[in-house]
Amino acid sequence: STCSVGAISIPSQIRTSMAVALTSRSIIGNEARMARRYFRRNQYEYAPRTRSASSLLPNNTDLRSPTMEDATNLQSLLDAGSVVTGSPDELSKYNIDWKREYHGRSRILIRPKSTEEVSRVLSYCNRERIGVVPQAGNTGLVGGSVPIEDEIIVSVESMNTIHDFDETSGILTCEAGCVLQDLHAYAEERNHLIPIDLGAKGTCMIGGNVSTNAGGQYYYRFGSLHANVLGLEVVLADGTCLDLCSTNRKDNTGYDMKHLFIGAEGTLGIITKINLSCPRLPSSRNAAFLALDSFDAVRRTLTMAKDELGECMAAFEFMDRAILELVGKQHRIPVSVDGGSELYRFYLLVETQGSNGGHDSEKMATFLERTMESGDVVVDGVLSQDMKQVQEMWNIREACNPTLKDTGHNYKYDISIPISQYYEIADEMKARLAASRPDILCVNWGHVIDGNLHFNVTTPGVFEEDPEILYLIEPYLFESVVRKRGSISAEHGLGRCKNEYLGSLAKNEAAVSKMKALKNVFDPNGILNPGKFLPTRST
Amino acid sequence: DKSGVDLSNVKMSMNPFCEIAVEEAVRLKESKAADEVVAVSIGPKQCGETLRTALAMGCDRAVHVSTDLRTDYMQLQPLATARLFEKVVESEQPDLVLMGKQGIDSDAGQTGPMLAALLGWPQATFAAKVDAAGSGDGGLVVERETDSGTETVTIPKLPAVVTCDLRLNEPRYATLPNIMKAKKKKVDVMDAADMGVDLTAKNEVLEVYEPPPRKEGIIVESVDELVDKLKTEAGVLQ
Repeated sequence: STCSVGAISIPSQIRTSMAVALTSRSIIGNEARMARRYFRRNQYEYAPRTRSASSLLPNNTDLRSPTMEDATNLQSLLDAGSVVTGSPDELSKYNIDWKREYHGRSRILIRPKSTEEVSRVLSYCNRERIGVVPQAGNTGLVGGSVPIEDEIIVSVESMNTIHDFDETSGILTCEAGCVLQDLHAYAEERNHLIPIDLGAKGTCMIGGNVSTNAGGQYYYRFGSLHANVLGLEVVLADGTCLDLCSTNRKDNTGYDMKHLFIGAEGTLGIITKINLSCPRLPSSRNAAFLALDSFDAVRRTLTMAKDELGECMAAFEFMDRAILELVGKQHRIPVSVDGGSELYRFYLLVETQGSNGGHDSEKMATFLERTMESGDVVVDGVLSQDMKQVQEMWNIREACNPTLKDTGHNYKYDISIPISQYYEIADEMKARLAASRPDILCVNWGHVIDGNLHFNVTTPGVFEEDPEILYLIEPYLFESVVRKRGSISAEHGLGRCKNEYLGSLAKNEAAVSKMKALKNVFDPNGILNPGKFLPTRST
Repeated sequence: DKSGVDLSNVKMSMNPFCEIAVEEAVRLKESKAADEVVAVSIGPKQCGETLRTALAMGCDRAVHVSTDLRTDYMQLQPLATARLFEKVVESEQPDLVLMGKQGIDSDAGQTGPMLAALLGWPQATFAAKVDAAGSGDGGLVVERETDSGTETVTIPKLPAVVTCDLRLNEPRYATLPNIMKAKKKKVDVMDAADMGVDLTAKNEVLEVYEPPPRKEGIIVESVDELVDKLKTEAGVLQ
């Protein structure tokens, strides 16, 4: 079949598979109203009615809805209080995602207190063919952490013990339900830090971070969780406790399976224990907040930073004027045009972390001098004089997401783009959207050093999703990203937001077919997080 | 070992109340009420960095009174500090001395008033607002924070000592252009031992200890458990 997606030429293999997934979405204009019917989320309501989420499973095994009898049976297998039942409203904290976009209808919540309990729950659900949604902090942004229908929610929040920490090697062993911020505090007391840091740290849990391979602001400095997780304990769908724990940094014995579970979004097993390698706490932290006029200047600053700051550079974050105008209503933006209320076009937060304050300050000073000297790189900036100011600068950066959430409905995107084209795509999308919808606001921020852009669109004052806007953005944005050889989901993952694009725009068919084979190995009945991560429709 | 706070490897930065004082001084200069702002600090080598921050915020010159004695009440105490400042004032002859209301290391809050007494100058402490224009011929109107509200004090004629409290202003960030200009500004260094002031501590610190940790709360699983604990453990319900 043919499909017209603007004036782009797409190789025929991709075109065929896209056609099935995207035909309806390629329609623009008046027909968008008809196309709304096939809107990704609404399609669920128009799909053939089944008792469960079975139609969303990749291997189409029938799952059934859990009943109160199941709840009683499960409670008898577990410690008192581990099973909570209620109406979907009563369990709304676990049924609704952070964006408040996806509303599950689960009536059964299980909070196991140990790996053994997780094993009993999964073993039962596997036998009974009941879908399970593993949940940690429920801060995910792609709808992967809440039920689609009434799958049982298995939350690791009661498993929050920190087992062990070796101060010489920096290896931390803890349960999956430990809140990231608590781990940060624990590690700091012992002169170490946790190698990931995100705005959601007060609520997110390490199990969820590992399951989604969370990135964050220090990715450049410390690497991904694939690099820092030394071992895992995972419970598989049939209840098998897979002990992949290890406190060895180097261990070349066998297929390194823990990597499968890191980033699998709970579809291959539930992570219960983690061995994490933690770097030592830096004794010096410095931050500068810089203002620039062009993206070319941003790129040149990045190169200068890598040259001058070298190994002590920890973070290099990007924000554009649009988002800071919103954040500026609550926080003081340290650099503005002539000290007034007008902001510059782009901003950077550059942080160094190291073991010698004098040494790092000197490097920072050299770097800043170089950026200011050239005249057309950094226009203005401020340097932190103490930790309070470092924290204030980070507060601004971390306020981007929550501030936008309060502004209106958010259309959130998280893409990887070659740095040379980083802002081009933002300009491209802004032009496309502004043409037909001048009421929308495009804002951008991101970990520019990793080529990771958080492109967001919002309708100020309007908190309902508008399918017309969604169709203007998707799949055009993803197609544009793929053309530039980027990734449609840099760190947020797939969940149920982007899973259908796996196979069409994300990976190729051969890869996806092997992924489905792996899913079959670990979860043949498809009970773990059904309808998420892997595409549900076959191409 | 409770003899004092361990200062090794601690990053020193400007006392927050002093930061507010520097900001106020720079604002007075920007509003043309003052001609020149001189930043003064007493302490070891690291004071140089703090003074650079003050210069980057807009001060014109700096004076560093160098000493390796601890300035957190353990060795150098407020009376000696005030006497050192007195010497600096005698040589600089300023019209106004702005200081933080207290140092967050010692929390003494004594240096400002002691300095004013040694100089025989009027003082206004815990300033939340300083108005140089309001009182006519070279005086100040100061609003002071007190436990029962704000008190407005008029200092009819300068010179005077004013100590600054939290609400006075929000200190600016040091901008890059100013940081670079600050490198060229003058910092005079004098040795505290050569200033003819008795630096010995008059009070002996007997013990330094942390306050006892707050007793940990417990998280209950359900309302029933809460009621149960309130009845049996806390004893506040019948």
